[in-house]
Amino acid sequence: MSSERRIEVPVLTRVEGEGALHVHIDGTRVADLRLNIFEPPRFFEKFLEGRSWKEIPDMVARICGICPVAYQMSAVHAIETAFGARITPAIRRLRRLYYCGEWMESHSLHIHLLAAPDFLGYSDAMALAQDQPGIVRRGLRLQGLGNAILGMMGGRSVHPVGARVGGFYRAPDQAEAAALLARLRAAAQDAEDLVRWTADLKLPAVARQAPFVSLRHESDYPMNEGAIVSSEGLNISAAEFDAHMVEHQVPHSTALHALINGKPYWVGPLARVNNNLDHLPPRTLRLAEGTGIHWPSTNPYHSIVARALEIHFALHEAVAILEQYTPPDKPFVEIIPRAGVGAWCTEAPRGILWQRYEMDDGGLVKKSRIVPPTSQNQAQMEADLRASVEENLCLHDDELRARLEAGIRNYDPCISCSTHFLNLTLKRT
Amino acid sequence: MTGRLRIAVHKFASCDGCQIQFLNLEQDLLTLASRAEIAHFTEASSVTQPGPYDVSFVEGSISTSADLQRIREIRAASRLLITIGACATAGGLQALRNWKDHDEFVRAIYARPEYIDSLARSTPVSEHVKVDAELWGCPIDQRQLKRVLSDLLARVAPRIPGESVCLECKRAGHVCVLVAKGEPCLGPVTRTGCGALCPRYERDCYGCFGPQEDGNTLALGRRFRELGLSDEDVVRRLRFINGWAPAFRAGAQAWEK
Repeated sequence: MSSERRIEVPVLTRVEGEGALHVHIDGTRVADLRLNIFEPPRFFEKFLEGRSWKEIPDMVARICGICPVAYQMSAVHAIETAFGARITPAIRRLRRLYYCGEWMESHSLHIHLLAAPDFLGYSDAMALAQDQPGIVRRGLRLQGLGNAILGMMGGRSVHPVGARVGGFYRAPDQAEAAALLARLRAAAQDAEDLVRWTADLKLPAVARQAPFVSLRHESDYPMNEGAIVSSEGLNISAAEFDAHMVEHQVPHSTALHALINGKPYWVGPLARVNNNLDHLPPRTLRLAEGTGIHWPSTNPYHSIVARALEIHFALHEAVAILEQYTPPDKPFVEIIPRAGVGAWCTEAPRGILWQRYEMDDGGLVKKSRIVPPTSQNQAQMEADLRASVEENLCLHDDELRARLEAGIRNYDPCISCSTHFLNLTLKRT
Repeated sequence: MTGRLRIAVHKFASCDGCQIQFLNLEQDLLTLASRAEIAHFTEASSVTQPGPYDVSFVEGSISTSADLQRIREIRAASRLLITIGACATAGGLQALRNWKDHDEFVRAIYARPEYIDSLARSTPVSEHVKVDAELWGCPIDQRQLKRVLSDLLARVAPRIPGESVCLECKRAGHVCVLVAKGEPCLGPVTRTGCGALCPRYERDCYGCFGPQEDGNTLALGRRFRELGLSDEDVVRRLRFINGWAPAFRAGAQAWEK
């Protein structure tokens, strides 16, 4: 092929938020490739200034309708760090349970409603459900269980109201916990079958070299705590994040691109699984090994299998927490505001989510910064898409466009999140 | 109107959470797809059909010059237009910029502000086109959504209650967090719909369902002052997720120096 080709995806579908893709191919070379994010900016970091610590968990939840828990959890830990507050082991366990709910809900929604139709030749999950109702209904059951955990902890799965700095406003009672435990146990087979089903999908076989970045905890599979590590040896605390990860603005996007030492990197479920295989519980690890995938995997399309593995993990983690559960005397620790700075990172469904707060002695925010997972993945997504174009020049435009769209969805970009921050001052050159 | 109800879901500036409430209908999503034609819903399907639509659900606030054009096109293509959520109905949390210097925001966040298309104010859909019904809430409530969908499928005009959430809270038997605990609960001036969630979770309502039809925000502000809140605290309390809604806007302004 010698002529110029242009591949345009004017509106990305089955993703959260608004974006487009433009590709310009010159012969066998990608002359230009732009993931264009036109989601309007919402300026959250500026709104947070002057707000009280009590308001922050309710405010940052509104950044993202599909991962509000992640925003709440990074925020509460960062503010507790600024105030020098220490939570109890019981609150730590409830926060893990809460996060299990969001991983199950978000991952199930992504696998079935957003990603799987690509690999099975359908336009959407509703069409898929007409031919394979059992598959979609199993996915919706697991999504529903995630919603049930979030419902118990916070009343609803989108913008739950239960989380606060210091813990939770209210802890579940024994009867609620027991009822949920029974429902979770009954879904163990669904979660196992889901992993095998994702591994049997016809996924493209590609390999991409980029550092995998995730949290790593001393003993547990990471959710709320851990050092920020990469597969290439990085090992830093959340306080050091902005010394290593640098964001910059590109003309075609309202989201900033983040680079680690000048290079793209990769966050999300595949990075987490790859970096924490030894912290998966034995039954989830056995399932992972049974898929036939050689872990750690450099194939981005294995993200869907990683999501299914994390659903399996989260379901059993939630069961383990609920089996040991007795309502705590008090579901939160007292908070005494003081002037200070706190930075924290947690594992959102889509990857590490970093926040930093500078608080005054009255407990009001002086300055905040938020770096969501999607802006961290953007540079890597573009690099991956460029490679995909070069590997698939023989495809007709429609097939190539479909392939690239699937490649984007595979990263589960949360475009609504990605544009709301970007609080950087940059050198203009 | 003949045949199946043609539904569209559109997005403007938002967190996507109200669309997620559709996707989180779980098994009921499949029931909806069997009873209505989901003609345009880019977050759910790669196939998008052009209008006309029997009903368009609109999420998100109007915040760019391109939005102004698109909302008019959607209105022209839709028999009914129903806003979903605080952003579309009241401007959303991002309407906090309506009190700030917008250009300074853009300069503070973006190194190259000239690339950014953003209007000075974030406004509700009803400031630009006729709106037939409004589903309040951040996010919308799935029971309210299902009731509206059922009304539409039955070809009757949707009815959305506008009374205070306090009535629902009392019926549920929750302890009043304002009276019993002295917390600055916005329940008395807030619209029903959430299921009185915050009092159930032993905390004060923060008004995510917007103003009820006959609330007195000024009187509630006075009560908050008696509870020990400063003028600034009262302003922040009302100027939040639905701060641009007229009743909350006026209630906050009364305490601003």
